[in-house]
Formats: sequence, structure tokens, C-alpha cells
Amino acid sequence: MREVATLRTVLSQNVIDAAIAPPLMTARGLGCSIKGQRLVRDVDLTIRQGRRTVVLGPNGAGKSVLLRLLHGLLPASEGTVLWRGNPLGADAQDGQAMVFQRPVMLRRSVLANLNFALKVRGFRGPERARRAAQALEMAGLDHLAKRPARVLSGGEQQRLAIARALATGPDLLLLDEPTASLDPAATARIEALIGQAHASGVTIVMVTHDRGQAQRLADDVVFLQDGRLAESGPASTLLHSPRSDAVRAWLDGRLFVTTPQTQP
Amino acid sequence: MSLVAGWDQALSEIVLLSLQVTLSAVFVSCLIGLPLGAMVGAFRFPGRRPAILIMNVLMGLPPVVVGLMVYLMLSASGPMGVLGLLYTPTAMIIAQTVLVTPIVAALSRQVVEDLHQEYSEQFTSMGVGPLQRIMALLWDARFSLLTVVLAGFGRAVAEVGAVMIVGGNINHVTRVMTTAIALETSKGDLELALALGLVLLLIALLVNLVVMTVRGTAARASYA
Ligand SMILES: Nc1ncnc2c1ncn2[C@@H]1O[C@H](COP(=O)(O)OP(=O)(O)OP(=O)(O)O)[C@@H](O)[C@H]1O
Ligand SMILES: [Mg+2]
Repeated sequence: MREVATLRTVLSQNVIDAAIAPPLMTARGLGCSIKGQRLVRDVDLTIRQGRRTVVLGPNGAGKSVLLRLLHGLLPASEGTVLWRGNPLGADAQDGQAMVFQRPVMLRRSVLANLNFALKVRGFRGPERARRAAQALEMAGLDHLAKRPARVLSGGEQQRLAIARALATGPDLLLLDEPTASLDPAATARIEALIGQAHASGVTIVMVTHDRGQAQRLADDVVFLQDGRLAESGPASTLLHSPRSDAVRAWLDGRLFVTTPQTQP
Repeated sequence: MSLVAGWDQALSEIVLLSLQVTLSAVFVSCLIGLPLGAMVGAFRFPGRRPAILIMNVLMGLPPVVVGLMVYLMLSASGPMGVLGLLYTPTAMIIAQTVLVTPIVAALSRQVVEDLHQEYSEQFTSMGVGPLQRIMALLWDARFSLLTVVLAGFGRAVAEVGAVMIVGGNINHVTRVMTTAIALETSKGDLELALALGLVLLLIALLVNLVVMTVRGTAARASYA
């Protein structure tokens, strides 16, 4: 009985959090077409301050496109994105950082990769050195500081990419499948890094295919299917009692096909 | 062989002037061609396609045509005649710079464009400005660009038509390896011509070896 009550307070606390956390980013009727193909359409979503939003959906659903739209790398062909209440403009990337599905390592040392990102954002002298050292330590890459970034393992590169993104102190961190093709140990380290960032107040938006990861990390979930929002809401609801067939099928591990296929 | 015996004052003077002229021309060409190539490679702007086309066409300019153009500019009645540069090493540097700059620009454009494909979104995400972008691309492509510079050097050091026209092949003043070879061959002094030809070959070999070693090291370090 007590447990149920606790669960209820936890749940309602979560719901209250969701309602009172101020929106950092809002998308209304967001759509993106390239060469006449509608890659993403009719997306309404709210990213709340300090929360972790996980984006789910099958391959080609438009998850990476959605992240690029939110980050201002692709122009919206329909709808609007509000960032801190203002339309996303030329300064879209100010206060945001993104880690791409294939992390981009500059042809420099690990430390030089961090220093470059810091220099671009105007950090100089001792402050830059302090932040770079902190990032190295956070990513557990101290011993590899002088190594060329491109010889690092996949997991190390991913940690460097995240540390580099966080070094400049963004409010919002966008992560595109940061643990795809990593083993459980490497995945755990990445999740710890993300957890640390979240604990220090960074808002997280993350794409994943991993149901367990979604359950471990998500406060809110956005489920994309064929470029549309199939369902979105607090993780506690969406991952346990989904309303849409798409999410239900995904949770069951079934193939969900929207267009009827002809039998062979 | 008499080659070693033939290594005298006259020979070394010619070799040194050749290197001085060519290295100066390559240096100036890099100062102009690398930023130019990087800008065309990294930025989208109206007229970009024609610019690339022009750069590629200029890359194949016949040296004698370049020599003639520079001659017309520098000759007493030309627009830059008052400078009195015709038949000086400076004139040869100018001619070779005109010849090499398009090569450096066109080839570095390709190198930088390929790298920018990979970096573009990351740079935008980081908030990298235009100037920083160019500098970072040139720096990160430095080992590939070494080959580009080498191509420019190769073209300049082996070229005879342009330096002959604007330099005049004056002994002790503007005589370089290629013009000396042409002269000595026509005079029938094949020994000196051959000696110079060998030196030219050796220089090409040496420069290639150095660049290959540097690139190999860089590749093993995943910097290239
Ligand atoms: N720049 C582009 N130009 C044209 N089509 C694109 C572009 N970017 C993505 N697409 C197309 O948009 C669709 C969605 O792509 P997106 O990369 O967002 O999928 P995703 O959900 O991230 O898939 P995955 O899980 O495989 O990473 C795909 O069909 C893709 O081919
Ligand atoms: Mg993707």
C-alpha cells in the first residue's frame, strides 16, 4: 500500500515537474521538406528546462532531421521553432551543443579538439585551460590528451565528442544516438556522462534505439514514425501504457508498418 | 665521372638562382592561392561555379603565354614598365607566381572542399566564424596541402618558357637551370646540360621524398 502511495507521489511529482518546468524550446507545426520530399511534418513538441527528452523511432523516421531542425542546421519549411521564447535565428547554436550520429573529430590531438571548441566560444588563457582539463577529466581521457583524436576507439571518440560539446557550458545538449555500436561498458560510461551533465542543469535531447536506455534516461519521450509525431509525453506514461499502435508495436518488438504491404 | 669535376662556381650559381626564384614564387603563390582556394572550397556564393571553372582553366595555362603576358606588362611600354623589372629575377618570380597560383588555388579548393564536407555541420554547431573556418580547414588539411604545394613547386622549377621570355637567360643575372639547359643543348655543350638536368631530377626526387615521409608520418598519426 505504502509503495503504491509512494509511486503515486513520484508519478504526480513527475507530472507536476513536467508542467512547471519552463519550456526551453517549443516547436509548432514543424516540418521540413528537401527536394519535394517531406522528411518531417506537423511536429509539435516542448522541450522543458532541465529535463531529458528521448527521441525514439525506427530507422529513417526523421529523428536526425528533427535534431538538425532544432539545432538550426536545417531550415524549417513549415511551422516555427521557439528557442528561449524567440524564433530560432542566426544565433541558433548559441547555448546549444550537438553531438552527431557520426562524431566529427578534428585532425588534431584530443586536447586540441577541446581547445578549439573553447577558443571558438571566446574562452581564453587560464579559463580555457581549466575548462579543457575539466572536460578531459570528466571524459576520462587525461591519459590520451596528446593522442590524435582520430585514433581513439569508438567509445573514446564519443566521450570526447560529448565532453567537447559540454566544455563550453551549453544549456541544451542534443545527442544523436551517442551509444550506437558501443558495448555495454562503454554505453554505461556515456550514460554516466549524460547523467552528470543533466545533474549540473543541462537540458538533454537524445535520440536512441535502445529501449533500456530510454527507460533509464528519459523524463519525456517523443516517438517519430515516418516523419510524424506518433506520440509524445512523459516517459512513465508513454513507455508503460502507450496510446499509439506505433509505440505499442515498438515496445513489443514487432515490426510496425504504416502502409499495407502486398504479400509476396 | 666529370660530373663532380663539373660542379663549379657557374653551376652552383645557376642552381641557387633557380631555387631562389622558384621558392619565392611558390611562397607568394601559397600566400594568395591557399586562402583563395579555401574560400572557394568552403563558402557558397553566387558565381562560385564559374570561379572554379576559371581556376581550373588557368591551371593549364601554357608557360610561354604567361611569359608573354608578364612581358607585355613589364616591358618599357607596358603598364608596369617604369618599374624596370624586365630581365630581372623579380620578373621571373612574377611570371612563375602567375603560373603557380592557379595550381595552388584549384588543387587546394578541392582538398578544402572535401574536408569541409566532413566538418561543415560540426563547425556551424560550434559557432565557428568564416575566418576561423578558413584557418582551421587549412590547418587540418595541412598534410594534403603539402602535396598541392609540391605540385606547384614541380611546375615552377621545371618550367622554361616563361622565365626565358621575362628573364632573358642573362648569364650571372637571370640564368636558371632550365634556361641554361636549353642554351647549352643548343650550343652542343651536352655535358653541362646533362649535369644540370641531373641536378633538376635530384631536387625533384628529394622534395618528393621529404613530402612522402611527412605525409606518411601524418597518416600513421591519423592527421591526414
Ligand atoms: N539532407 C538530406 N537530403 C535528403 N534527404 C534526407 C536528408 N537528410 C535525411 N534525409 C532523408 O530523411 C529521412 C529521415 O532521415 P533521418 O536521418 O532523420 O532518419 P533517422 O530517424 O535519424 O534514422 P536512423 O535511425 O537510421 O538514424 C531519410 O529517408 C533520409 O534519407
Ligand atoms: Mg539518425
